[in-house]
Amino acid sequence: MEELNLKLKIWRQPGPNQKGDFVAYKVNGLNTHMSFLEMLDVLNEQLVNLGQDPVAFDHDCREGICGMCSMVINGKPHGPQKGTTTCQLHMRHFNNGDTITIEPWRAKPFPVLKDLIVDRSSFDRIIQAGGYVSVNTGSAPDGNSIPIGKEIAEDAFDAAACIGCGACVAACKNASASLFVSAKVSQLALLPQGQPEREERVVKMVSKMDEEGFGHCTNTGACEAECPKEISLEYIRKLNWEYHRSNIKG
Amino acid sequence: MILDNKIPEGPLADKWTNYKAKVPLVSPSNKRRLEVIIIGTGLAGASAAASLAEMGYKVKAFCFQDSPRRAHSIAAQGGINAAKNYQNDGDSVYRLFYDTIKGGDYRSREANVYRLAEVSSSIIDQCVAQGVPFAREYGGTLDNRSFGGVQVSRTFYARGQTGQQLLLGAYSALSRQISKGNVQMFNRHEMLDIVKIEGKARGVIVRNLITGEYQRHFGHAVVLATGGYGNVYYLSTNAMGSNVTASWRAHKKGAMFANPCYTQIHPTCIPVSGEYQSKLTLMSESLRNDGRIWVPRKKGDNRAGIDIPEEDRDYYLERRYPAFGNLVPRDVASRAAKERCDAGYGVGSTGLAVYLDFEDAIKRLGKDVVSSRYGNLFEMYEKITGENPYKMPMRIFPAVHYTMGGLWVDYDLMTTVPGLYAIGECNFSDHGANRLGASALMQGLADGYFVLPYTLGKYLSEDIRTPAISTDHEEFEKAEKKTKDQVKRLLENNGNRSVESYHRELGKIVWDYCGMSRNKKELKSAIEEIKVIKNDFWNNVLVPGEDNVINPELTKAGRVADFIELGELMMRDALARDESCGGHFREEHQTGEGEAMRDDAKFAFTSAWEFNSENKDPILNKEVLEFENVQLTQRSYK
Repeated sequence: MEELNLKLKIWRQPGPNQKGDFVAYKVNGLNTHMSFLEMLDVLNEQLVNLGQDPVAFDHDCREGICGMCSMVINGKPHGPQKGTTTCQLHMRHFNNGDTITIEPWRAKPFPVLKDLIVDRSSFDRIIQAGGYVSVNTGSAPDGNSIPIGKEIAEDAFDAAACIGCGACVAACKNASASLFVSAKVSQLALLPQGQPEREERVVKMVSKMDEEGFGHCTNTGACEAECPKEISLEYIRKLNWEYHRSNIKG
Repeated sequence: MILDNKIPEGPLADKWTNYKAKVPLVSPSNKRRLEVIIIGTGLAGASAAASLAEMGYKVKAFCFQDSPRRAHSIAAQGGINAAKNYQNDGDSVYRLFYDTIKGGDYRSREANVYRLAEVSSSIIDQCVAQGVPFAREYGGTLDNRSFGGVQVSRTFYARGQTGQQLLLGAYSALSRQISKGNVQMFNRHEMLDIVKIEGKARGVIVRNLITGEYQRHFGHAVVLATGGYGNVYYLSTNAMGSNVTASWRAHKKGAMFANPCYTQIHPTCIPVSGEYQSKLTLMSESLRNDGRIWVPRKKGDNRAGIDIPEEDRDYYLERRYPAFGNLVPRDVASRAAKERCDAGYGVGSTGLAVYLDFEDAIKRLGKDVVSSRYGNLFEMYEKITGENPYKMPMRIFPAVHYTMGGLWVDYDLMTTVPGLYAIGECNFSDHGANRLGASALMQGLADGYFVLPYTLGKYLSEDIRTPAISTDHEEFEKAEKKTKDQVKRLLENNGNRSVESYHRELGKIVWDYCGMSRNKKELKSAIEEIKVIKNDFWNNVLVPGEDNVINPELTKAGRVADFIELGELMMRDALARDESCGGHFREEHQTGEGEAMRDDAKFAFTSAWEFNSENKDPILNKEVLEFENVQLTQRSYK
């Protein structure tokens, strides 16, 4: 097993309205089986033992599904490995002696709270604007009463796999949340359960996205390239189609 | 103290129906005035918050993550059980009930489990209506798979991401209620104490994890939906933030803690690879549908897995348990893996792993079918280990996954503190000494969507004349001061050891002495060792930074302090339960073939521990388990 010694350049920012800067650190004697976050744990334990403030970062499940971890590693959201969240990135993808730059998501609707932690509550508000089916508990018909073809179910699932991490926004030069919004809009537009609110939903969610300060999509495809769940750009096409369709249907 | 489980009269199959028919209701105009606090927004908390808000209650919900969508329910992979019998394979409410009671090794309450099985079907309907993209057959009907410990196919799933899809469904229902103003949501807030006024739970003290601000919130009732305490082991499949603090502080305010030693060690996890390891990753039990578990027949056979020929492999589960084979319940599968590794047949660099092999499945079904069933799990395995499971067998080892123990609740899901409820994994009620696969999602959603909305009304119907109590009340004052004092003490301690180092030390003791097997001598010594850790922690822990900023070390310190105390209680519970049952395996009590041996005459009860005071030993109360509908037998999966 190869041992790694690394140099890190990490964005440190004490609070939301304070000035931030890169700070250089060294971590030695790392193991290639470690995850990227375990590497940061090692750094943080070093800092704590020196009585210094550890680097604040969001993380929780460390299995690539909760969507909490969020860092730009060497210029790429979630780092160099395709289709992988930061927590699932392992140190075998780095070389001894590397310098790694670590930054928070950078986008106006995701203000930095501290170091690598940003506020993503704008995503919650977009879902609150219409990313649901209005069905109260207890009023549902039998699960098999409406057949849904396997292809449709699978297509809806592919969209629903979005973990809401915000890498799409961080990757986009316009800080557009189109991929995120399109995933939810598409999932519900594909399924029969989503039909009654289909037109209203897309308009409300897109309006909310604009209101929160996310930019427009200019089809660069950076979001799809960096999405850890590899959500397809096709859904943005579908989002646009759904949006225009709702205008026609009034 | 006498524990009243409030199980309704009447035949098992009619209890819940009769209860619902007779339970007092709260009128819509009164619901608007009644405030409910919900801590945690996983499957149980989010579904409860949404359902109660839909009914008209004023709800405040809290989570420590940055969004309710991130609770650890999201990581559940395999599926959710329901007694739909869509497969026409003989399933029924009774059979799901029976399998759950048997799987739990006859240490759960019949009435609660029957109700769980009864409402299971409605959960699937509700989730489908929300737009959860469950797996479907080509004809458009819902698909099912099999899970351990049962012989029917009743598990509904959404690839290997069932928990994610169900949680996002509940989150969408919660989001809808937030947008309507019926739920006030507090992200990045942590509950630090329960406020009791005249004996009833009337509110909470929370800390804003961004600003460090302490807040007081009043509620006519408080619901804990805060998940399990698996992180007491340091290494577990839980999320890093999963903790026992809310439950533990409720315990210290009078809520009894039931069966803390009932913990589930899941058989199929990715093995530990080094000292730095921060958490463990589960590989869904569904893999055991098609994967075969084996170790080499010869000790120290260090050939690569794929180079070991068929005749040199020992498929030990198929050998020991021909009826269930690789699909034995989790506790049985985990112990069997430990037995082989302890005997020196383990594989990998540490010898603490067994193979989970898909070679036969790929030959039988083709790579495409295997990939469609387990593709994302295979990818995850490869990301973590750097090995391709299509080409070589996976290496797996048991890891802490779920905690059956939790706050004691009655049939209404109320703890021993009036007005304080516990739902989902943080209560103890449905899984006995071992939980069956795909039943955690079922229980979380059953409690939140279909049980609590009825049972909470029973309590609140007697509370309609209680006006909102001001948070200037002295009990709020006292609770806030106590919380602040503890934080101050941690920050001013200026010790020389990191929080993490204490957590690791504690975790090792709990794993070694209260893990897959336990014995009297070690449990006794563990109690003393944990006392030493506790003392050392409060004298030497180092928590950097301040209170009024984002300070993850401070948050962790409070959680670890509570885990230390819980660890001691787990040892006491494991020691007091002088029998083996489910996940609790006492070495002194096993059959000649190494199977768990229960002692129903002495131990057919739930242990409910009562907090005494900081310096006195806790008091053990017993709720006798009465079995009127199933006969207690030695569990056999042979």
